[in-house]
Amino acid sequence: MSAGLIYALTGVLLFVMGAAGVVLLDHLLRKILAFNLLGSGAFLVMVGLAQRGGGVDPVPHAMVLTGIVVSVAATALALALARRLLAVDADPEQD
Amino acid sequence: MAKALPRLLVVLLALLLAAALFAAVFDLPQPAVDLPAQVAANLAQTGVEHPVTAVLLNYRGYDTLLEIAVLLLALLGVLAIAGKPATRTAERVDPVLQMLARIAVPLMILVAGYLLWAGAHRPGGAFQAGAVLAAAAVLLNLAGLLPAWSTPGKLLRLGLSAGFLVFLAVAAGLLAGGELLRYPPQLAGGLILLIEAGLTGSIGLILAGLFLLTSERGRSR
Repeated sequence: MSAGLIYALTGVLLFVMGAAGVVLLDHLLRKILAFNLLGSGAFLVMVGLAQRGGGVDPVPHAMVLTGIVVSVAATALALALARRLLAVDADPEQD
Repeated sequence: MAKALPRLLVVLLALLLAAALFAAVFDLPQPAVDLPAQVAANLAQTGVEHPVTAVLLNYRGYDTLLEIAVLLLALLGVLAIAGKPATRTAERVDPVLQMLARIAVPLMILVAGYLLWAGAHRPGGAFQAGAVLAAAAVLLNLAGLLPAWSTPGKLLRLGLSAGFLVFLAVAAGLLAGGELLRYPPQLAGGLILLIEAGLTGSIGLILAGLFLLTSERGRSR
């Protein structure tokens, strides 16, 4: 088992944990964090699989680099939305 | 208690998903097209020596163009919903943190400049440099040295959109060649550095803005 494959499988685990967290957690902040974990898992799968064939494939690496920046921006937007929601309705726990 | 059963179901489904994805990862065939070889074969024409930078700004430049547009859009979204922050009285600031920030921030700006330059031939580039710049701004804000931003003025708006505008201008200027973002090989290095310099400043400002526009620290009003 190559190092790249171990990274990819770890990424799968993070992805699934994040997906379960988005469904199971009640607090909005935790949901956002779980969503981040899900995204990071996807990035790790891509980076890990990029180094399967001996050398490193730069194309997935560039995509992940783009994805990381976009996910930071999306997280900030989600946090701003969550704060707005908190200001409107002072209960971050959803039923 | 009533939620216990659905929770168990979700965990079971997650485990099933994990098993399916594991199987998929093990089963994944080798890609039909050998992209690394193609990237390496054409690297000499891209104007940069590092393959990831070549992919980001030359082979798939439109991805990066759209990415900076998405960043700008996210910032607009944050601006639209951030609302009026609560007014706070002046907080006590930690002198040790301030001292550290004063030492660290010039070094961070230096590192950002290095990363921007290094992107052409080794790991580095506009995104890393912009992220370091943004971190410097956040550090200054947390140390109480940089007040949070209110509605951005003309200069800040220009800075926030400069990266996107420079990129668009280059793309529009090259449209005469018939294809989007196909750089002439002899100009590619310079154009990529120009775009990356614009991107670094704008990404730094946008990422800093995502924090500083919603931060309440040191806001005067």
